[in-house]
Amino acid sequence: MKPAIEIKNLGKQYRLHEAPPYLSLRDVLSKAPWDWAGKEKKADPYFWALQDINLRIEPGERVGLIGRNGAGKSTLLKIISRITPPTRGEAFIHGRVGSLLEVGTGFHPELSGRENIFLNGSILGLKKAEIKRQLDAIIDFSGVEKFIDSPLKHYSSGMQLRLAFAVAAHLEPEILLIDEVLAVGDMEFQKKCIGKMEEVSRKDGRTILFVSHNMSYTAGLCEKAVLLEQGMVKAAGPTATVINSYLHSLANNQPVNDARYPGSAAVRFISLKAVNAKGDVSGNFDATEIIGLEMEYEVLEKDHILWLGYNVHNNFGVNVFDTHSVQTEEYLKPHATGRYRATAWIPAHLLNTGVYFISCAVFNHLKQVIHFHEKDCLVFSVSDQFSAESARGLSPGDFPGIVRPLLKWDITKQ
Amino acid sequence: MEKMLTHIRPPGRFTSGWREVWQYRELFYFFTWRDIRVKYKQTTLGILWVVLQPLGMMLLFTLIIARNWQMDTGGLPYPVFVLAGLILWSLFSNAVSHAGESMIQHAGIIKKIYFPRLIIPGSAVLSALVDFFAGLMIFFALLIFYGQSLHWFSPFYFGAGLLLLLTTALGAGILLSALNVKYRDFRYTISFLLQLLFFSSQVIYPLCSIPQEWLRILLSFNPVNTSIGLFRAGLGAPSPGIQEILAGLCVTLLLLVTGLFFFRKTEAYFADIA
Repeated sequence: MKPAIEIKNLGKQYRLHEAPPYLSLRDVLSKAPWDWAGKEKKADPYFWALQDINLRIEPGERVGLIGRNGAGKSTLLKIISRITPPTRGEAFIHGRVGSLLEVGTGFHPELSGRENIFLNGSILGLKKAEIKRQLDAIIDFSGVEKFIDSPLKHYSSGMQLRLAFAVAAHLEPEILLIDEVLAVGDMEFQKKCIGKMEEVSRKDGRTILFVSHNMSYTAGLCEKAVLLEQGMVKAAGPTATVINSYLHSLANNQPVNDARYPGSAAVRFISLKAVNAKGDVSGNFDATEIIGLEMEYEVLEKDHILWLGYNVHNNFGVNVFDTHSVQTEEYLKPHATGRYRATAWIPAHLLNTGVYFISCAVFNHLKQVIHFHEKDCLVFSVSDQFSAESARGLSPGDFPGIVRPLLKWDITKQ
Repeated sequence: MEKMLTHIRPPGRFTSGWREVWQYRELFYFFTWRDIRVKYKQTTLGILWVVLQPLGMMLLFTLIIARNWQMDTGGLPYPVFVLAGLILWSLFSNAVSHAGESMIQHAGIIKKIYFPRLIIPGSAVLSALVDFFAGLMIFFALLIFYGQSLHWFSPFYFGAGLLLLLTTALGAGILLSALNVKYRDFRYTISFLLQLLFFSSQVIYPLCSIPQEWLRILLSFNPVNTSIGLFRAGLGAPSPGIQEILAGLCVTLLLLVTGLFFFRKTEAYFADIA
């Protein structure tokens, strides 16, 4: 089968401008004619926003594109959406592309909600007949039925956004490109949109390329991820692994002694890793395994009583549980200076399958001090196989619940 | 079923891009439809304003010019003569100025989604037609008022004049819209250029009333003159000569090809510089 998206040696060069990117006629005309010939004596420097990008995305895959601001994520999406051309290299796309780099592109305040559905839908590549067919579903999804025939300028910004999302959620291209658009809007509606996209993508095998700063959305929607750094592919593979190397690259950028390193004058955070029973660092665990959360930190001042803690969130943003270092000697006794490693073990058969985000902190609530609280600085995923040893047993499909403990059952015949 | 294949690569060979515009014809329709809807929603006077404007101009020019200068209008009453010129001119000037501004106005959309960019100036030119048809109604009413009869050949002359005018407006509009993206202060020259063109077009005077021959020849290279000449010929005024028609046609085609070439050449980078 042909890949949905195939990118070969793609590169995009921009010119760094000191002045605005467009020219002014005045500047051109005011230059003396002999300057025109030797065009641009002081040439602007060029830089590569993207370089040697090679990617292959199979039909039905959902791929998250992550990386820092300016890493080239949006530029890559713009090239694949054909908004801007590459400087070198090429890309092949098999299938109808729908790109969603913004919600409500082309919305006009003077037109009614209904008219804007047609306009926006058409800009997004829907045929008129398709919009007509889906019109009721779109209006219903948006939840603004009552105002659908009044001009958009009378809508609140929240309503406009809902309408825009409703159109976007009903796009039915084979390949969907999404950029950051979910960063806006209320949480509940965002989840509804993600849910709708996931549903369609599962059912129809739609390919999705998704850019977001929100790691939990990326983890929730995508099974694979690509990490871009300075315009190049730094890592590609299973989402949790790639997100982890991204988070590590963020943390490792700063030297330990640097004052910008997270922490107070007393304690500095060094690293957080997930390890298996053998102590090996991993990004993927089986539901039947124990998972160790291993934090390294450095104590710079003595005589502090330090409590350690983790928050565990799943990819829907639910706080699954918190844990504090209550059963340790250091809970009541001050730390000596030096480097420490603390490991908390999550029992096997506790977490359901999915992606987890761990935040870690060193604090003392009695003294009301938080030395550091690093949010979502570790990601790992939990998966399972069908076996009688897991809580799922032999039942296929989704196994619901925030946790999935393996409980002891007693069955007696009466 | 074979899936659609899109091949993305650095900009290369020049193509006119009309095939893709045809593929996106529904979007073309929606853009035009939106321009028209918005225009008539924003003004409460709406269609009335569109009608009053050429009518007022016609009265003004009739009072000032027809009373004081004797002109060979080809046998047409001056108000009919001048209104024919005015509705064509305002079609041209609306189409060119809207199309010229259109790419800048749509910068937000251009940066966020792909579609053939030619649709933008194209639909701006098309939506100018609505005002024209409103003006045309007034024009026909005036024809009845003056008992001006039409002939079997009238529709052909009207059509030819209109087609030439629209093609010219499209060529100029495409060129100006691309120049406007590249040179941001170009927009200030558009209204000046249009004013210059107004007085060098036979809107309020007939071309034949110019005594200097060299000037008449020079002005015949203005395609707006040819279009207005053809349109008036539909009313029974003498048709422009074959040289005049050819000169206008050549300039129109030159403008269209230049505009298209320049537009297509800069189009790929619109999203980067807009």
